[in-house]
Amino acid sequence: MSEEIILDIKNLQTVFRDEDSEVRAVDGVSFSLPKGKTLGVVGESGSGKSVTALSILRLIDHPGKVEGGEINFKGKDLTKISDKEMRSIRGNQISMIFQEPMTSLNPVYTIGQQIRETLKVHQGLGKQSGNEKSVELLKLVGIPSPEDRIKQYPHELSGGMRQRVMIAIALACNPELLIADEPTTALDVTIQAQILELINRLQDEMGMSVIMITHDMGVVAETCDYVAVMYGGKVVEYADVKTLFKDPKHPYTVGLLNSIPRHDIDVDELEPIRGSVPSPKDMPKGCRFASRCPFATDLCVEELPSLDEIEDGNEVRCWIYSDRWDGDPEVKEHGPKRTS
Amino acid sequence: MAQKELLKVKNLKQYFPIKGGFFGRTVNHVKAVDDVSFEIKEGETLSLVGESGCGKSTTGRAILRLDDPTEGTIEFNGEDLLALNKKEMRNRRKDIQVIFQDPYASLNPRQSVYQILAEAMEIQNVVPKQKRRERAIELLETVGLNGDQVDRYPHEFSGGQRQRIGIARALAVEPKLIICDEAVSALDVSVQAQVLNLLKKLQREFNLTFLFIAHDLGVVRHISDRIIVMYLGKVVEIADKKTLFENPQHPYTKALLSAIPTPDPEVKKERIVLEGDVPSPINPPSGCRFHTRCPFATEVCAEKVPELKNHGFMEEGHRAACHHVDEIASGELGPKY
Repeated sequence: MSEEIILDIKNLQTVFRDEDSEVRAVDGVSFSLPKGKTLGVVGESGSGKSVTALSILRLIDHPGKVEGGEINFKGKDLTKISDKEMRSIRGNQISMIFQEPMTSLNPVYTIGQQIRETLKVHQGLGKQSGNEKSVELLKLVGIPSPEDRIKQYPHELSGGMRQRVMIAIALACNPELLIADEPTTALDVTIQAQILELINRLQDEMGMSVIMITHDMGVVAETCDYVAVMYGGKVVEYADVKTLFKDPKHPYTVGLLNSIPRHDIDVDELEPIRGSVPSPKDMPKGCRFASRCPFATDLCVEELPSLDEIEDGNEVRCWIYSDRWDGDPEVKEHGPKRTS
Repeated sequence: MAQKELLKVKNLKQYFPIKGGFFGRTVNHVKAVDDVSFEIKEGETLSLVGESGCGKSTTGRAILRLDDPTEGTIEFNGEDLLALNKKEMRNRRKDIQVIFQDPYASLNPRQSVYQILAEAMEIQNVVPKQKRRERAIELLETVGLNGDQVDRYPHEFSGGQRQRIGIARALAVEPKLIICDEAVSALDVSVQAQVLNLLKKLQREFNLTFLFIAHDLGVVRHISDRIIVMYLGKVVEIADKKTLFENPQHPYTKALLSAIPTPDPEVKKERIVLEGDVPSPINPPSGCRFHTRCPFATEVCAEKVPELKNHGFMEEGHRAACHHVDEIASGELGPKY
C-alpha cells in the first residue's frame, strides 16, 4: 500500500491488575489506518475494542496500564511522550466520541459553555469568538437554530441531538483522527442513519481518518474501508471491508456473520457460534477461539497462532492457513463456510 | 390456517398522568398507547416494532396488567383480562408469561436457579413439591443448560445463559403466551442467535404463542409470522412478515427499513433519511402523528387521523394507516426532497 499511514499500532498490551488477578484486556493488538480512511474495530463484549481506543488516548485508569507495544501516530510513538504532550494531542489532533451522549456531557453546563471550553483550551478562543465558532459547529452537525441551542442544557436535547453536540465538540479543533466508540448504539435506527450520514459527510469534507468501534456488522459494512475483528483481546482478522464480508477467513468472523439475523433476506436457521466468550481472567493459552471453533485441533488448543498476512495486506490469526495445519484438509482448501 | 385467536386487544389506550402545579394536579397526559387493536392467533409469533417511545413495551405491560390500561379491552381465550380482580389475574398469569430484556436485573441474585424455578412453580402450583427439583432439572435441559447447574446462582452464568434461565422460568408454569420484551437485545450477536434458535425450537415443541417486542428488525424478520409497526402510540402498519419487508406501504415503515445498515458492503441502497426526532408523546402532532417527519405529508395529514385499513391493492391482512397509500403506490404523489 502506498497510502500514508496515520496510525500504526504494534503489539499493544493493556493489562488490568489487582492483588490476585490480572486481566489482559488488550493482548498484542496490531493494526494500521491509512490517512482519510475508516477502520472498523468489531468484536463482542469483552473483546478489548474499547480498551484499545482508550489506550490510544491514554485514558486508561488505574489499575489498568499500557504495558507494551507502540502507538505510532503520524510517526510519533504516543506511548513515549509526556502527559503534557499527550494533552495537546488529545481533543486537538485525536478526538473521541462515546456511546452514551448523556453521561459524556456535563449536565450543569450549557451546550455553548461545553463547546467553548474545548475551543478555549486548545485554540485560546475567548467568549465572543468561542460563541461564534460554537454556532458554526452546531450548524455543521445539523442542529437547527444553533443560536438558541447553545444556551440550553443537555437534558433539554434528545439523544440524537446530544450525540450531534458530542460530535461538534469532537470536531471543534479539526482533528486528524476521530475515534468513535459505538457512537450510534444508544440511538434509534432512524437517528442512527442520520448520525452515520453526518460522520461520513464530515469525514469527506474534512479529510479525517476515523476509527469506528462497533459490534454491528451492518454499521461496519456501510461506513468502513478496513476492518479489524477482535476476539479475546487480540485481532483475529484484518482485511478491507469487501474481502471481509465476501471471503472471511477466520472461523470467528465467519461465525459472527452467520449469526446475524438479516433484515434484508430470509434465513431459515441461524448458525450461532456454540458456547460463550471465555473469561478474561482465564484465557486459554492456545487460540482464544479454540473452545468454540468447529475446526479446532490439538494444535489450536496448545499453541497460539500468529497474525500473518495471507494476501494484499489482509491478515488472519488462524492455524488453518499455516503449513502446520493438521486438521480437516477440506477447510484449508475452501475455508470456513458462510451460510448466507 | 384457521387458527383460533388467543389474544384480542381492542382500542387499547394507556395514558400516564403528569402531575404538576401547586396541588399536584394532573396537568397533562403522556399518551403512550393510543387506540391500538390487534389479535394474536394460537401458535404464531406476532412482533411489535418501533423506536423508543412508540408504546411497544407499554402495550406488552398492559396485556400483563403490570400497568392498568386507561381504556380498551384485552381478551385472552375469550375472557376479558381487564375485568378480572387481582387474584384472578394472578391465576391467569400462569398462561401469560414474560421474558424481560435485562438478564442481569430480572433474576434475584440471592436465589439459586432451583429456587427461582421452584418459586414460579409454587406460585402457580403447577408441580407438586417433591417433583419440583426433577422438573427444574428438566427445564434447564430444555433450554440448553446442564441439569447439574441447578444449584448455582445467577452470577455464575453468562448473559446468554441467564437469559436461558429467564426462559426456563417462563416455561416452568407451562404458559400459552409468552411476551418477549426485547428478550435478546442485550446479548452479543453470536449468543443472540443461540437464544433465537432456542425460542423457535420451544415454540415448535410446546405450541407456544409469542408476542415479540423488539427494535431490531433483523431479529424480527427472523422470528415473526406477522409484524405490527408502531409510531408514537399508534399502529401505522400491520402485515405478515414477507409482505412487510418486501412490500411496505406506510412511509414510516419504508423509512425505518431503509435506515437499517445492511451487513453487506456490496449492497448499495437508496436510503430515506428522516429529518428530526420523534415528537413528544405528551403533545403528539395532530392528524397523522408521522406528518411532521413524513416526506409525503399534505394538508389532510395534519387534520385527520388516518384509519388503519386495507387498501384494495394490498395483500389480505395487510393494513396501513396513511391517507396517501394509493397515491404513493401509483406514483401520483412523490416525496418532498
